[in-house]
Formats: sequence, C-alpha cells, structure tokens
Amino acid sequence: MALFGKSKYWPLGFDIFGKKDEIVIKEAVESNLGETDGSGEKQEKAEDVSLRCKGCGKEIKKSEAGRYRICPDCGRYFRLGAKERIYLTADKGSFVEFDADMTAANPLDFPDYENKIAAMQSKTGIKDAVVTGRCKIGGYDCIIGAMDSSFIMASMGSVVGEKIARAFEYASENKLPVVLFAASGGARMQEGIISLMQMAKTSAAAAKHSEAGQLYISVLTDPTTGGVTASFAMLGDIIISEPKALVGFAGRRVIEGTIKQKLPDDFQTAEFQLEHGFVDLIVERENMAAKLADLIGMHYSKEGDRL
Amino acid sequence: MKAYDKVKIARHLSRPTALDYFNYCFDDFTELHGDRLFYDDGAIVGGLAKLGGRPVTLIGIQKGRDTKENLKRNFGQASPEGYRKALRLMKQAEKFGRPVICFVNTGGAYPGMGAEERGQGEAIAKNLFELSKLKTPVISIIIGEGGSGGALALAVADRVWMLENSVYAVLSPEGFASILWKDGKRAEEAAEIMKITAHDLYDLGIVEKVIDEVPGGCHENFEFTANLIKHSLEEELPQLMAMSKDELLEKRYKRYRGFGVYNE
Repeated sequence: MALFGKSKYWPLGFDIFGKKDEIVIKEAVESNLGETDGSGEKQEKAEDVSLRCKGCGKEIKKSEAGRYRICPDCGRYFRLGAKERIYLTADKGSFVEFDADMTAANPLDFPDYENKIAAMQSKTGIKDAVVTGRCKIGGYDCIIGAMDSSFIMASMGSVVGEKIARAFEYASENKLPVVLFAASGGARMQEGIISLMQMAKTSAAAAKHSEAGQLYISVLTDPTTGGVTASFAMLGDIIISEPKALVGFAGRRVIEGTIKQKLPDDFQTAEFQLEHGFVDLIVERENMAAKLADLIGMHYSKEGDRL
Repeated sequence: MKAYDKVKIARHLSRPTALDYFNYCFDDFTELHGDRLFYDDGAIVGGLAKLGGRPVTLIGIQKGRDTKENLKRNFGQASPEGYRKALRLMKQAEKFGRPVICFVNTGGAYPGMGAEERGQGEAIAKNLFELSKLKTPVISIIIGEGGSGGALALAVADRVWMLENSVYAVLSPEGFASILWKDGKRAEEAAEIMKITAHDLYDLGIVEKVIDEVPGGCHENFEFTANLIKHSLEEELPQLMAMSKDELLEKRYKRYRGFGVYNE
C-alpha cells in the first residue's frame, strides 16, 4: 500500500524480516514465553504458587491447573498472561514479537502515571497491555496479538492502540490473517481523550484490513469490556469467545446503578453474547489453537493459495 | 474559568440542542426515523436538509429540556438502535453523495440492560469502522457533552469542532474520579487534570476549531453561536466536497492514525 510505506511506521533499522534482528527478538521472546502465570507475575521455576478459582472459590496449586490454567474442580479458566496465551496458540518457535520496546508516554502529564507504568512493567515482565507479533498457527502464517489483563486491567492507551493498528497494517500489506485475543477493562484513564481516540484508530485499521480482503478473527477472553468491546474486539469477520468470559460494554455496577436492579448472574457472559447473536462460537481453551488453524485454513485452497 | 464550570454550562438544561441547530442553520429539515431493525431511538435525531441550497444529511444526539422530553430522548443517551439509525443515514448520505454533519451532545451511550442485550459495543464499533471509510465528507460538532464512545460513534470525521463551552472526554469527570480515586465527589479535581475543554483539545490536536459562545454560554445568545456554525460549515464543506474520495479517506485515516503518544 503506497499510503503506508514501511518507512513511516517501521523505522529504518527495524526490519522485522531482517535475519539478525529476527533471531535476537526470537530468542528474547522464546525465553520469556510461558514464564508468567494468569496474574502475569513472573514465577520462580521451583515455586508452586496458589491460585484462587473465580468459579468455585477454591484455592489450588498452579501446577494442578495445568498448562491451560483450568480449575481441576469446576473447570473455570484462570486468566492468562499475553505471552502465556501466545505460547499456547502459536506453533512452537514461530513467534516473532513486534514493537517489544514500545512504552507509554504521559500525554496529559497525569500525576504518577510514569511510576505506575514502571511498577506494572516490573511486576508483569511486559512493557504494556498487549503483545503483538508474527507467528504460525497450525502451519499458517498470521499476525497475532494478545492482551494481558494483569497490566492495568489491559486498559487501552496509546501503546495498545498503536501496536494493534500496526499489526493490522502489517497484516494488510503482507496479506496475512490477524488473530487478536481481546481482554480489557476499557480505556486507559490516565491518557484521557488520547485513549478514546485509540478506539477510532484501531477500528479504522481493522476497516482497512477488511477492505484489503483480509481475514480478522477476534477472540474474546475474560474480561472484554468498555472501549475495546466498542472497537476492534467486535469487528472480527469471525468472533470467538472463551467459555464463561465476561463480555460487555458498560460495567455491571454502572448498569445496576442506572436501572436500579440486580442483573442476573449470566448477564454479559460469553454464553449470553452467543445467545444474543454477538459471538459466532465458543471454543474451549484446549481446542483454541486447532480451531483457529481450521478457520484460517478455510481461507486457503488445497494448494495453499489464498482463496 | 475552571474546567468544571464548563461542564456545568455544557450540561445546562437551557443549552441549545441538536434540533435547535438543525432548524436554525439549515433549510427545509425533514426528520427521518428508525433503524429498520428494531425501533426508533429518540436519543438520536436525523434527516435531510439544505445548506445554501446544497442537500446535507444531519444527525444529532438530542437531549430534552424537561422531564417529559427527556423520557422521550432518554437524557441524550443513545441505545444501539440510535447508533444503527445514525449509520443507516450515513450510508444513505454516501449513496447520494451528501455530506454528513453530526451534532454531538451526550453524557455517554445508554448503560441499560436492553442496550447490552442488543449490542451497544457492537453498534458503536460498527459506526467507528464504517465512518472511517464512508465515502462522503463528515463534519462533527460537539455542542454540549462529548461523552466517551457514545460520542465518538458520531465523531469519526474529516473535521471535528467544539463549541467553546462544550467538553469532550473518555468518561465523565464523576466517573473518572470514581474509577481512579473511588470518590465521584472529586469530579471538579478530575475535570482539571483530564483536559476536556475545547481549548485543551484544540491544543492537543483532537479538534480543528473552537466555535465562540457569548460569556455565560450559548443559551444566552443562541443566534450568535448558530450563525458562526453556519458560516463555518458554508466555508468548510465546499473544500471537503472538492477533494477526491481517495484523498478524503486517506486524510481521514491519517487524522486518527496519528493520535497516540508513546516511546520506542
């Protein structure tokens, strides 16, 4: 696309197909993948921490939840960190991260925002609330992004918006499908109006990708709410959700305060969204990578050409 | 003047509404109703009118002046059907080559049960998606409150303007204070740091123009501000109409693509 030449958004010296950079990035990322738990905290290898299940309330050892982080008692999912998610989805050794060093600035001079970001970075081991990159899923090349709810509730500020927009633009240019795992509490309050504009920016990038005839699969995970629901998360050609994920626009307390009544327990769940027609299908975590590969494969001929 | 004083003026019950501007700045306004899917949301108004002889599509978020009218308008909080009605009128404008002019005045999209059941998030997302590639000029004017995604759904445009005492924010100052400090009463303090006034947003490059009001607010002298809006539109629209569709869409994309501040 002439409009969005690589030079503008992919500054010289950062050619992600360049062999040297690729290897460096790959090693750095691979060594990090799968090293975080659902809360995003870095774990010591020997330590087997306890997790409390949101479904049954029981405390279980992390090792009992297995690699998919599922409660052995009630089957409820624990939240996954962005890199854990990619580790479970991408073909082994295929992930190359984009924009790994992009970090938040403080456009409104919001008090203490820099310190908050620094504290979250050291707690979670990631730079902001989304990790994006290129990978293979079931052998198919694609662009992947995963949000991480342990980073300020995966709120969308400039870094999330920019990385998502670049992911779409890169995918459009290279005719690749995009798979995004959404999770978010909404807009990044500390970036004010700039965070609101990320909704328009990511939606416009999704629209451009769509106009280019390319596939976008959105996967909704617990929780997907607010400005992310009201932008790219709801714009997939195919929208998948994990079981029992919270998916909605307005917060439960805000709605209850408005209508002055309690909402039913199943309000704004993945199952509720399926019933109301806003989700195509619900896919269990252990089947997600295979289902994504199937769906991407539907867009290619037997010879491997894009249909 | 403190930012929160502007919030009060922006929310003033006598503040001129979208329909006031439709009837004053344009000729022959005909209202069109309904989303063709579920019902007619009174919080969103729209239709056809003429500006200097040129047909335009008008869309607005409408607040009421009293309780009775506010029940009909749902206090200017649109449901998914309102955003889908707006989108229907936008697509109609695109088909017939008419520019779209939006008048935005909402505290936010309606946070109700039915609104969630019928896809408030999807409706807003779809408008952002479609507006970003709508092949006709779009101008949005924030005339009172520009509240979050519910306002943005009518404000992905080639030009975004604000009236001098309007505000535009990711969340109300009350909601902002409640989320960050667990204390909604600190709204005045929140308003100061949020950068929500027309001049703040002009300085941040979020809007292209600030339209003057008389001291006290445009309810004190409606014609003064309405005439400025009319003249601004008369000046701007021919320039946007003269652009090729490709140029228009490229510039609109870049307008939003450029928003964001980060380090790398």
